[in-house]
Amino acid sequence: MKEITITVNGTAHTLQVENRLLLVHFIREVLNLTGTHIGCDTSSCGACTILLNGKSVKSCTVLAVQANGKEIQTVEGLAPEGSLHPLQEGFKENHGLHCGFCTPGMMMRASELLQNNPNPTEDEIRWGISGNLCRCTGYNNIVKAIQYAGAKIRGEELPSTEPEFV
Amino acid sequence: MIQCKTSKAISGMGHSMKRKEDARFIQGKGNYVDDIKLPGMLYMDIVRSPYAYAKIKKINTEAALKIPGVVAVVTGKDLEQYNLHWMPTLMSDTQMVLPTDTVMYQAQEVAAVIATSRYAARDGKEAVIVEYEPMKPLMDPYKSLNDDAPILRPDKPGKTDNHIWHWQAGSREETEAVFSNADVVVKEQMHIPRIHVASIETCGCVADYDKVDNHLTMYMTTQAPHAIRTVIALVAGHVGLTEEKIRVISPDIGGGFGGKVPVYPGYVIAIAVSFLVGKPVKWIEDRSENLQADSFARDYHITAEMAATKEGKILATRFKILADHGYTDAAANPSKFPIGMFSVCTGSYDYPTSFVEADAVYTNKPPGGVAYRCSFRVTEAVHAIERITDRLAFEIGKDPAKLRIENFIQKDQFPYKSPLGWEYDSGDYVAGLEKAMNAIDYDGLRAEQVEKRKKGELMGIGISTFTEIVGAGPSKDFDILGIKMFDSAEIRVHPTGKAIARFGTKSQGQGHETTYAQIIAEELGIPAEHIQVEEGDTDTAPYGLGTYASRSTPTAGAAAVMAARKLRDKARKIAAYLLEVSEEDLEWEPGKFSVKGAPEKSKTIQELVFAAYTNHPQGMEAGFEATHYYDPPNLTFPSGAYICVVDIDSETFEIKVRRFVAIDDCGHIINPMIVQGQVHGGLTQGIAPAMYEELIYDEAGNILNGTLMDYLVPTAVESPKWETGHVITPSPHHPIGAKGVGESPTVGAPPAIANAIVDALSVYGVTHMDIPITPYKIWKKLKDTGKI
Amino acid sequence: MIPAPFEYDAPTTLEEAIGLLQKYGDEAKILSGGHSLIPMMKLRFASPERLIDINGIAGLSHISEENGTVKIGALVREVEAEHSDLLKKHFPIFEDVTHLIADPQVRNMGTLGGNLAHGDAANDHPAVMIALGATVIATGPDGERAIPIDEFFYGFYMTALQHGEILTEIQIPVPPAGTSSAYHKLERKVGDYATAGVAVQLTLDANGVCTAAGIGLTNVNPVPLRAARSEAALIGKTLTTETIAEAAKYASEDCSPSSDLRGSEEYKRDMVAVLVKRMIKKASERILI
Repeated sequence: MKEITITVNGTAHTLQVENRLLLVHFIREVLNLTGTHIGCDTSSCGACTILLNGKSVKSCTVLAVQANGKEIQTVEGLAPEGSLHPLQEGFKENHGLHCGFCTPGMMMRASELLQNNPNPTEDEIRWGISGNLCRCTGYNNIVKAIQYAGAKIRGEELPSTEPEFV
Repeated sequence: MIQCKTSKAISGMGHSMKRKEDARFIQGKGNYVDDIKLPGMLYMDIVRSPYAYAKIKKINTEAALKIPGVVAVVTGKDLEQYNLHWMPTLMSDTQMVLPTDTVMYQAQEVAAVIATSRYAARDGKEAVIVEYEPMKPLMDPYKSLNDDAPILRPDKPGKTDNHIWHWQAGSREETEAVFSNADVVVKEQMHIPRIHVASIETCGCVADYDKVDNHLTMYMTTQAPHAIRTVIALVAGHVGLTEEKIRVISPDIGGGFGGKVPVYPGYVIAIAVSFLVGKPVKWIEDRSENLQADSFARDYHITAEMAATKEGKILATRFKILADHGYTDAAANPSKFPIGMFSVCTGSYDYPTSFVEADAVYTNKPPGGVAYRCSFRVTEAVHAIERITDRLAFEIGKDPAKLRIENFIQKDQFPYKSPLGWEYDSGDYVAGLEKAMNAIDYDGLRAEQVEKRKKGELMGIGISTFTEIVGAGPSKDFDILGIKMFDSAEIRVHPTGKAIARFGTKSQGQGHETTYAQIIAEELGIPAEHIQVEEGDTDTAPYGLGTYASRSTPTAGAAAVMAARKLRDKARKIAAYLLEVSEEDLEWEPGKFSVKGAPEKSKTIQELVFAAYTNHPQGMEAGFEATHYYDPPNLTFPSGAYICVVDIDSETFEIKVRRFVAIDDCGHIINPMIVQGQVHGGLTQGIAPAMYEELIYDEAGNILNGTLMDYLVPTAVESPKWETGHVITPSPHHPIGAKGVGESPTVGAPPAIANAIVDALSVYGVTHMDIPITPYKIWKKLKDTGKI
Repeated sequence: MIPAPFEYDAPTTLEEAIGLLQKYGDEAKILSGGHSLIPMMKLRFASPERLIDINGIAGLSHISEENGTVKIGALVREVEAEHSDLLKKHFPIFEDVTHLIADPQVRNMGTLGGNLAHGDAANDHPAVMIALGATVIATGPDGERAIPIDEFFYGFYMTALQHGEILTEIQIPVPPAGTSSAYHKLERKVGDYATAGVAVQLTLDANGVCTAAGIGLTNVNPVPLRAARSEAALIGKTLTTETIAEAAKYASEDCSPSSDLRGSEEYKRDMVAVLVKRMIKKASERILI
């Protein structure tokens, strides 16, 4: 057991945890923040992605003790209560989600992507989310959602959210 | 442009309404099964067999029970005391819940460890020591029927071989006659490999048995909560868990695709343990367990043959199938159709003769045979017909688009009776293919291909023009475990004109909370925004068979229309009463009734609903509620025309999907945004088995790629930018002309991709490659045939 | 997907970490990025009794140039290598390779030191470091020790690191003008381990004659492999199609891939030849630019 202090979405939590406690379980089971999901056991799917000191990481492959003294942001902290982050808006407006299970991880990953590269190309977005699996959407609209959020963050005119057909 | 009858404020059919369910998902407020936490809840982990076929000599639980937090270890012998160690499959086969003496596939459940925490349960699992006596497993379905094959299911009385069922349709003799006289016969042997749905959420449950009330609440990842409740009652009724004592709640589901239809042993064990200890028990499987033990899809070995004239007129087809079901037939097909709707394999082409025969066998692989985002076995059927059609085009040197157009069922031939007995409801296949060809510039691509070939570059163009068969189904032919495949809707409109609607289906991401509301909005004129849709709770929703096989819109969607129309009839009566005119003098427009010729005299739906509670005509029942159980008169037949262009590296054989155009006909469209989203997603689940996914076993019965590191689910990099469009031929028998769409792209995409790759490789004389087609397989094929 | 219990230390100095390693010996494993180790622990393929988390040790995260040597601290994350202007200036290969390692989240955690110290021939940096002629600095109870990369990899998951030693730095000689490098791997899908990977660094003189060559191979040999005969085939020659083909042939002959889900031995040899050819071309084109 080890005492750790982790700041999650702006609130510091000091707790005794088992050394082997995975950060994702700390978030989900100890803090009951269930927006962060678990989709695999090999760091392959990205459903558990959160920000650790501003960097997107797979919280299933980080020990809670490793996050001692650090700051974490989860989907619950993406936007202040009662408002939506441009990514949240982008995903909703562009149908960037179906079942919603990969969505929090996808958005957390995208939030770092846009932080580093506010105007990514489609190719940069696709490579940028290559550590996040989505089984439902086929990714087209996730790309569109991230482009929309980028435009919103840059303060530019928002792209159309209507579906385009050939 | 899709025409809308309602305003955007009402958002009936045709509006790309943003999804109502998204608010919770984007804010981390979805409620998936692993998010459920109950007081005193115990955790279960499952010990699984490392062997594909072995006798269990001993299970030593001593060390496990000493681990702090471990409460119990449950084995098959324990369940046997309550006669809970076996359960039925949805195909009326039988399956062990936990084995008492023999394990039949690798990763089979052997024992369950119950503990006060997830971590202790896992430690306990590691500490259970099982002694096995391994036996040589039967992994090859072709060897399964050999005389010297071990009999895998001696538990089934009288079973003397590994044959499960034989099924056939059409006339063997007539088909043989056509084949023997045909100018051209082409034939290919195909394997549609074993794959896994791998929804990002794995399966799991929280079984919460209350000893005082003798009541079970079962939270679980199920696509069919009502059917599951019935199955639980069938399995556990004898211990007092009768159906009224069972409540199944299917919370938010993180993707289903067919993998969350079956009843897995883990669910039953969790129920049994909760029943015995009187505490809630949570079981959430790992991804590896999910891939290794949960129901697979496909695994059909198909011999496909086509007979034609030398000009390319298709005369007949013949298909012979060997279905590998693994240890038990745990598919989820309608009872009469153990092969599902494979007999739609005659495709989109007009010819009179076909014969299909199939045999299913047991092997030492995990059980199953569920869909993978497709209607019952339709992907296998479509792959066979679309590949063999291309094979014919290659054989006679005809352009595959031209060959298809010349053989299509014409739009004035609908309803069309197919050679194997289906009645296709509607379609315009020529329009679909021409639209796809124009969108992708088919002629330009063929010209480019000629130039590329001169330079030795590998470029291929592949077409698939498929017909789906969904919406099961009419009760005369369709049931699962005897329960007819109707579905249901219940609409309750509150006095203030806002509604709640409940359904027997269960969304796993399809957007029912939005599209069902839009259907009701279309029929009643109540804004979709004010219609709350609820599914998944068997205590509140009307009985239905659930969501799979693209059946929700064809069945429950139709039920919503019919229930809404009952309410509209009632509203008309109330309007006539309030406006003091006869019902015939009233006109409906979305949201209100007005008097013919006097439009200023009108009543809105909200006023009429209010009156139903406050001022209804004498003799009329108060309230504004209706329920409908919809028994579809026929299945629906969505179709599509897909064209794919690939470029293949001539040295590494890496395959790049350059463009992919998908034109779908799903009848009338409820929400274009959602339909398009479904098509995108289905296409990625089409490229997946075409180029990446396959469950691979060695001869010893070991799965070789049982994690997501080796089971290759496509990312945004592999998945191309999809281009989609539609033609619309409404289903004539569906009350709003809709057909269902979620699975068409998964069905139609693999042959388009395979055809494109084979087209590229046709310069080497390649006529067929089994999916998934990988760079290595191409290299091997060319190496083996001496081409490189 | 839960590791077995273990003890955990998070030393803040190298001395403390080395002391712990000496004390606990084989029981302890170093936790760096953790993205190879933690998944193995979750699957219980590895159950170390103690983890020594070195992430809190200062002074291991530098990328610097000193006296003709580029020094990379063991805790430099893949993402930092991907975006380092200094590395880009001398070694374009880093952008090639980091882009192809796992995925962005893993690259945020994974370290260059860990990628080498894991001793896995499937990892990408070993081949790169072979091509670049790197030296690995190990720090132990007796101070620092420089291990040439060719003496670093011993066997399956085995390296030259001794008990009590920590890989602390990677040193790469700054190449002369007329040098460039390239890396590519074939993968079944993005982020996969290599079916085959090839790292090349070349120096060409003003006449286009190759004066130095480094070629490393990923995942086609039990240990990361230097394609020495291929290098020799290039040196002193202009890079004609024939010369390149000869180098490619030697690499495909000298590696020793195993047949597995990624393909047969013969296939991998063929792919090594293709990649060697392509990476030589790519590196040489980068020189001319």
